[in-house]
Amino acid sequence: MTPKEISQRLNADGFQVTYQDTAPDPHIEVPRESIYDVAKHLRDNPDLAFDSLMCLSGLDYTERMEVAYQILSYQHRHRVTLKVQCPKDDPVIPTVSKVWPTADWHEREAYDLVGMRFEGHDDLRRILLPEDWEGHPLQKDYESPDKWHDIPLTNIPKNSTDEGN
Amino acid sequence: MKETKELNLPLGPELNKWELLSKGEDPFGEQMTLQMGPQHPATHGVLRLELETDGEAVTKITPYIGYLHRCFEKVAESVTYPQVVPYCDRMDYLAGMNMCLGYVLAVEKLMEIEVNDRVQTLRVMVNELNRIASHCVALATYGLDIGAWTPLLYLFQAREHILDILEELSGARMLFNYIRIGGLAKDIPDNGWTKKVENFLGYFEPKIPELNDLLSYNKIFIERTANVGAMSQEIAIAYGVTGPNLRATGFDYDMRRDAPYSGYENYEFEPQLGSGEQGKPGDCWDRYIVRVREMGESMKIIRQALDRLPEGDVQEKIPKNFNKMPVGEVYTSTEAPRGELGIYLVSDGTKIPYRVKARSGAYCSVSALPAFASGVLIADLVAIVASIDIVLGEVDR
Amino acid sequence: MIIPAEYISLLISIVYTAGVVVFVLLFVLLCNWLERKISAHMQDRLGPMETGGWHGWAQPIADAIKLLLKEDIIPAAADSKLFRIAPYIVFMGSLAGFAVLPFASNLIGTDLNIGVYYVIAVTSIVVIGLLMAGWSSNNKWSLYGAMRSASQMISYEIPVALALLVPVIAAGSMSMNEIVQNQAGGFWNWYVFKTMPFSLIAFIIYFWASLAESNRAPFDLPEAESELVAGYFTEYSGIRFAFFFLAEYSDMFVVSAIAATVFLGGWHAPFPFLSFIPGIVWFVSKAAFLVLVQMWLRWTLPRLRVDQLMHICWKIFLPFSFVNLLLVSLWVVLKG
Repeated sequence: MTPKEISQRLNADGFQVTYQDTAPDPHIEVPRESIYDVAKHLRDNPDLAFDSLMCLSGLDYTERMEVAYQILSYQHRHRVTLKVQCPKDDPVIPTVSKVWPTADWHEREAYDLVGMRFEGHDDLRRILLPEDWEGHPLQKDYESPDKWHDIPLTNIPKNSTDEGN
Repeated sequence: MKETKELNLPLGPELNKWELLSKGEDPFGEQMTLQMGPQHPATHGVLRLELETDGEAVTKITPYIGYLHRCFEKVAESVTYPQVVPYCDRMDYLAGMNMCLGYVLAVEKLMEIEVNDRVQTLRVMVNELNRIASHCVALATYGLDIGAWTPLLYLFQAREHILDILEELSGARMLFNYIRIGGLAKDIPDNGWTKKVENFLGYFEPKIPELNDLLSYNKIFIERTANVGAMSQEIAIAYGVTGPNLRATGFDYDMRRDAPYSGYENYEFEPQLGSGEQGKPGDCWDRYIVRVREMGESMKIIRQALDRLPEGDVQEKIPKNFNKMPVGEVYTSTEAPRGELGIYLVSDGTKIPYRVKARSGAYCSVSALPAFASGVLIADLVAIVASIDIVLGEVDR
Repeated sequence: MIIPAEYISLLISIVYTAGVVVFVLLFVLLCNWLERKISAHMQDRLGPMETGGWHGWAQPIADAIKLLLKEDIIPAAADSKLFRIAPYIVFMGSLAGFAVLPFASNLIGTDLNIGVYYVIAVTSIVVIGLLMAGWSSNNKWSLYGAMRSASQMISYEIPVALALLVPVIAAGSMSMNEIVQNQAGGFWNWYVFKTMPFSLIAFIIYFWASLAESNRAPFDLPEAESELVAGYFTEYSGIRFAFFFLAEYSDMFVVSAIAATVFLGGWHAPFPFLSFIPGIVWFVSKAAFLVLVQMWLRWTLPRLRVDQLMHICWKIFLPFSFVNLLLVSLWVVLKG
């Protein structure tokens, strides 16, 4: 099925999703309240059978945040991108890690780097950055700290790369 | 070693220690927490596994990653599109060509650039060469972790030849920066480079049976790996495990054949599947042998690429600066040696990518570890970690 | 001046002991170099080529100097006393075995009438040293290594002892010298061939079990580098590490030398017309040959797993050696 057909199919099954024909890759917009149900439906419906989540990425658009899900059906060999939006001041999205266990670590990564929370996730801890890191570096308004535990992060002598040797 | 807890359990003949342990209770304080890594010879870099052990048996595994996090995604948001390419090399430093190809295909899809046949053929060729080199390291370190030293050197020798070939092509031995947006860095050198590739294939062909004699069908090696850490297809698919690890479970899916990119549809090859030849399907031995056989398939592809290598220009016309990028987002997936490399690229029209997300195969393989590797011995865990073939550069990015 | 006789014998023992220690040191240096070169050539590389000129012959000397000069680190949380003593106990255990090795017909520390028994007993001291090292390091990986080595060495002592009893029964003596003397007159009189097939089976069991006894591949689990970092000597450095190293290599020699003594005719030449060559040459070359086989195996085979190791010991070696022992006893009785 093409993404458009999948979107129509979801609409027919009673989900309020919208098809966005963006170039080059189209995607399906899913309201954030229903992402869990949509995901479950996508996985369990034999015509859709999206058994695998390939990638989950968090995105920061300054005024809103988005999560993009690239899902794949090995059975039917079709792929589609889902997107969920949330406002920046309330970046909470229901987890899909119960539907696709791949999401477990990917949601942790999105939380770690981009800063959205996944409601219902069992173990939402930082994964790539140290546990006591402050802030979420892939947010667009993130400012790198000067120090982390007395280790200078920005204070590198200016001439160390040019004339150091 | 934990201190023994206060016992307020009904102590009596019905109290079964193993029953309690299997429920995750530890009334006698017999479980020991063991930190395997980040500095440990068998964790292939800086993976840390927190193990709950009962004697030699591992009852629980918690992986911790991030020790090799080099902020690929953050860096990619601060440099221009072509400048991201060298950082891609550094993700999976054993398969730089494959990493670059994934990113470059994403940018080309975004910019709607079609590259000519020569570029595609050369890309396929260097990718497969790099795949062989990467599998060589994977198998070599696998043997080393099981305690077989000698195969390591033989496989590194073969890899050395590939690195020489790729060095002549790109000037670098590991971090090639050879595949560029819209083409390649330079054409092949005109001193009989293709002849050298042919020579290598002739040299490497008999090395695979030699490896089989030395390691693959060694009785001890089979005893150590067969029936150990069998990953079921359900777990593999649920956790997004891809590449050779998925094929080892017997699941027939290879991106190069099923979702071809860069002209892979023009080549004849067979994805190699694990069949439980020595034990259960998807066990450590299957993951091993799939990689061995995949090297043979890669050689087939390289031979075909050498035969059909057309003439042409190796760099398409692309805009000088990337000021007028199309706005949009793309997701491309390629078959890297350690599973699907997905690049999710968001462009806002400026010359700097708005967001680059790299989905790596090894990341998902590690995340599946607790699901299929609990309840083994420490020595088995070493075999399992070696068999899923992780490169921490790719896991942590 | 008259020196009392007991002083002379004491002097002789001291000189002999010193000679053995020097022999061990030289042998370990040679073995170290050989192991490097053998592994290198098996792996299609050259190994050390620079130090000392000819094929890097001085590399082990350089290594020894490096180990001597290195800082001796004792972890703060270690049990300092045990930690310090452990390597010497390990080395002592393997060195004590040399006391009854008959290098030649008259070159033997002491010809105990329970020589074989003594060797089996005294080499078990090594286990205590390894346990001490592993426990006192206060490192979980070391503890694993120590536990593995304890279980492995104690288990494998049984097949080793049972296998050694076969030639003892055939010879009717436990004295090393007597066992060797019974094998005089050509290689067909060696116990490995003499009481076919029992002693051949015993020899094979002994050789494999002795690999486990001396923690060599494919039974090198206690120090399995890729699993336990380095096992019981993870925390050791410098001279104390060097003692473990010495102990490992001298252990290799001891187990090989015992095999050469009881199975391969000791100092006897394989053919009577070759007996003009001194016995010590035959003895050392037989032991060295077995050491080379050990190295060859190490660089060829992967490592076993703990349960497989125990399986081989208790379910394969042990029944075989018991039946073997029974049959050889029967055979000796029937033969009269």
